[in-house]
Amino acid sequence: MASITTTSAPARARTRTGVSRRQWVGLLYVLPAVAFVTVFFVIPLGMTAWMSLNNWPLMGEHSFIGLDNYVAILRDTRFWNALRFTFYYTVIVTIAIFAVAFPLAIFIEKPRPLTNLYRTAFFMPAVVGFASASLLWSWLLNVDSGLFSPAAYDLGLTEKKVNLLATFQPAFWSIIAMVVWKVAGFTMIILMTGLQSIPQDLQEAAVIDGAGPFARFRAITLPLMRRTLALALILSVAGSILAFDQFYIILRGGPRNQTLTAVYWIFNQSFVSFKLGYGAALSMVLLVILVALSLIQLWLLRKPEGLD
Amino acid sequence: MAEAMSQNRKAAFSLARHSTGIIASVLFLAPIVWTVLSTFKPAQEARQPPLPPWPTTGFSIENYETLNSFGDGLWVSAQNSIYVSVMTVLLSVLVSVLAGYGFSRFRFPFRDFFFILILSTIMIPFQSILTPIFLVLTKLGLHNTLTGLVCVYVTLQLPFSIFMMRNAFDAVPREIEEAARMDGANNVTMLVKVMLPLVWPGVVTIALFAFLGAWNEFLAALVLMTDQSKFTLPVMMTALQSGRFGAIDWGAVQAGVTVMMVPCLILFLALQRFYIRGLMAGAVK
Repeated sequence: MASITTTSAPARARTRTGVSRRQWVGLLYVLPAVAFVTVFFVIPLGMTAWMSLNNWPLMGEHSFIGLDNYVAILRDTRFWNALRFTFYYTVIVTIAIFAVAFPLAIFIEKPRPLTNLYRTAFFMPAVVGFASASLLWSWLLNVDSGLFSPAAYDLGLTEKKVNLLATFQPAFWSIIAMVVWKVAGFTMIILMTGLQSIPQDLQEAAVIDGAGPFARFRAITLPLMRRTLALALILSVAGSILAFDQFYIILRGGPRNQTLTAVYWIFNQSFVSFKLGYGAALSMVLLVILVALSLIQLWLLRKPEGLD
Repeated sequence: MAEAMSQNRKAAFSLARHSTGIIASVLFLAPIVWTVLSTFKPAQEARQPPLPPWPTTGFSIENYETLNSFGDGLWVSAQNSIYVSVMTVLLSVLVSVLAGYGFSRFRFPFRDFFFILILSTIMIPFQSILTPIFLVLTKLGLHNTLTGLVCVYVTLQLPFSIFMMRNAFDAVPREIEEAARMDGANNVTMLVKVMLPLVWPGVVTIALFAFLGAWNEFLAALVLMTDQSKFTLPVMMTALQSGRFGAIDWGAVQAGVTVMMVPCLILFLALQRFYIRGLMAGAVK
């Protein structure tokens, strides 16, 4: 997905016009794909940039206002709060996902009895959609009809049923738990591919040299997994920065708007307040962050020098 | 003596491994199993905390029946979801097989430019271009239509699936093609009769990802579908869970979540190796 390589086309020695006539047909094959991407991606992308320079209500005429939307963003403390919360969430959830996924990846890496069964079990939540998972957990987290609060109360852990979604800390950590449950299996598989690509004889040589498990992990596993780690990391970070479903479905941005993420704020501005131009300007900010992240990814995932 | 020791250690290791595996598996599967079991409680019981998760006052499918009584009914949303997902699969497979073949086997002007253009869309979050997509769909007369949603989903699938198909076609030896050409096959018969059977695993992989992507997508459907009769399952169920149809019926929510989850789980279990292949292709390249 990351590196873009184009292989050489069939440059066979034939009559020149015959070849180029035949090669031009290729354009017809890729035309539908190019049309889709142009109409539903490139044009909207250009429009986002243009709209961000306009005052653009849902109804009525839009008017060019230059950089006013961007100036407004600078003063939009709620957007910066949303962005700060998004980064906070991204850091915490990424650490949590790796803390669960890495041990699991080591656990299922080697083919042993029942490993495939465990791997499948760990991975199951990953194929459930974020919306389904959020709906499911919004029920589990419900104070009256859910599982956690009543169970804690029945076991005598709490004096009364605690509404986990009413205050920031328990609500936030509930979301973290839900996302880790949903995503850890996915990250685990990616990390597993990295672990499996490490040559076995390297580990064995290190054992003979007397390296303990921790030294081996640090000196062999981690460096040789650099690209896989970077990929898993970037996927997790990019996914978390764009988080929306779980905060919308489980918390509606609450309690007291403390869990509004960046995408949630853009959604509110564009499709609740219908300030389309301002929403577009906010989108441009988000877009720049994500593109920067992708460039870092391409750099981290570059093939090691001297190796193919 | 030492033999027995190592035997014991092996057994202890195995025991520790399997208990870890079983406990972790239970943790990952519990929320899913808990929900599915709870859906078979009568509505009255489903309102209570799910302790225990299985029905205690009799088996019932009441929760599934009531689902149809909200708004335009669950069945309409389910049909919408099925339509959108199946159409996304068909269209994205068709478009990516053609494009993958074109990028792999022909040398034409702007080939590399188009390939990089399509692949680079993966760097840009579609969340940031939803408003203009809304306006483009309105211009095309596809506003608030399932077809419009399909077009958006197909576009989102293209970078991954074209990359997959290009690699799949690249892996087919050219000799096979040359031989078929000798036998007089033209481009189209070549693609359908000769190449397609050879890249079939890639097609299954991209079809699976397209289905899961379209079936589970939430934000675009929420923004682009404004008419309740056009809601897909995630949007419909979120409306129900938000209390839009009166007091929240948690039994119905669980039933709806089950309807949303089960197709994904079955497809994954049936086509697991294709799914993992897709992940690997993404991870290794």
